[in-house]
Amino acid sequence: MKSLVSIIDYGMGNLYSIKCALDEVGINSIITRDSTIIKNSKAIIIPGVGSFSNAMKKIKFLKIDNIIMQHHFEKKIIFGICLGMQLLFDKSYEGKVTNGLGIIKGNVLKFKTNKVYKKSFNVGWKKIEIENKNKNKNNLLSKKDNYMYFIHSFYVKPSDNKIITSKSIFNGQKFVSSIKNGHVYGFQFHPEKSSKIGLDIYKCLKKILNK
Amino acid sequence: MIRIIPKLDIKNENLVKGIHLEGLRALGDPEYFAEHYYLNGADELIYHDVVASLYDRTSTLPLIEKTSKKTFVPLIVGGGIKNLKQIEKILKSGADRIFINTAAINNNKLVKNIIKEFGASTLVVSVEVVRNKKNYYCRKDFGREETDIEFINWCKNLQDIGVVELLVTSIDKDGTGEGFDLDIAEKLQKFIEIDYILNGGFSKLDHFLNVLNTCKPSGFAIGSALHYNVLKHKINSKKFDGNFEFLKTKKKFNNFSKLSIHDIKKFLNKKKSIEFRKI
Repeated sequence: MKSLVSIIDYGMGNLYSIKCALDEVGINSIITRDSTIIKNSKAIIIPGVGSFSNAMKKIKFLKIDNIIMQHHFEKKIIFGICLGMQLLFDKSYEGKVTNGLGIIKGNVLKFKTNKVYKKSFNVGWKKIEIENKNKNKNNLLSKKDNYMYFIHSFYVKPSDNKIITSKSIFNGQKFVSSIKNGHVYGFQFHPEKSSKIGLDIYKCLKKILNK
Repeated sequence: MIRIIPKLDIKNENLVKGIHLEGLRALGDPEYFAEHYYLNGADELIYHDVVASLYDRTSTLPLIEKTSKKTFVPLIVGGGIKNLKQIEKILKSGADRIFINTAAINNNKLVKNIIKEFGASTLVVSVEVVRNKKNYYCRKDFGREETDIEFINWCKNLQDIGVVELLVTSIDKDGTGEGFDLDIAEKLQKFIEIDYILNGGFSKLDHFLNVLNTCKPSGFAIGSALHYNVLKHKINSKKFDGNFEFLKTKKKFNNFSKLSIHDIKKFLNKKKSIEFRKI
């Protein structure tokens, strides 16, 4: 049971889809909010769909923030997906300014709209361009530029550019689509919904877990 | 990139397809079709429980769970959804987004509540449109019930309250293979700023040319043309209740080019320089 991955259930997000993807690549995982199970797991996945402040409220109410921080101090793998990645940052400007977990330095901002680009939601498949390929080994991304599935209206802006592992373009602007800082991984897109290319990310995770 | 989205209409656990949303023919096991489409490059999948609003139930949960184990692209589920509790269950079963039509018309507050609770991107509002002389009106209950709601006014209303994507079905074109409804496409392009998926009428590749000269949809929902292509290769019918006469007679689906998703994407790339992701 050493490589057990906890998919953190704080009441938001596509937990079951992530579980299915992990099953598919052969990673032993559980959807849970039980602190003992989470503490004993080798990696945690923080999912999330919905509003930042709502998510932080639920995480704090369930006291899951403490468990995540403990996991972080022990340098065990943290995997944030979509809103789950955004929660790792210092603060978000979604609605009223809300503090996040502060594991990654930087902020969460809303896509700007203008006369040409009227949509504020990025829904659909976008290419990711790999960044900092040499500095960031084990970024879990394959070398090719590939399409991934996105569904969000906020994006992250890390203070440290070196942690960026890929960027994508929406409304004519480049934004950060994935990060890696040591044992912390973040993906703005949904690997579990990005077809075989997305599943490859979980396969890479499996290799790291088996090391 | 424009998403190519197979739309699977489901009745009593069978994949079905009708004409003008009527005369539903049973085509087989939806899970089989969904997996086939996933492997063939579908960008998203739609499950539509077409009798759910008639019988006041959602029976698709086990199907959603099974499908999530085999397909790793987003799944949009709709049909008969009336409240937040149902949505929670559907999402927990593995769906990524849901769509509503009847409930949005009957209860305007529901749309706002869904957006507040699950986020705007989780909701797609389905708009089923029928032409009456020169005007277009919305229908409820999978095209069974008329309303006096003018189609574009309704779309604008949905846009104003924060909906980010529509699924627009032309009932007149549905299942006919006559091509997309260009009037609807033109109106959407002129008046609507949010994303919309076009549905109804597609049967051959050239149908994309006119419609893409008229509007820029976020996706095309396709039923018959894809389903009949799969059937060409394999008749996969389970012993469920349903009208299987159509399959037994092995009628040829003459109106329809039998197309795979890959054929469609290659065509769009060649003729319209629309990017597509390799699988």
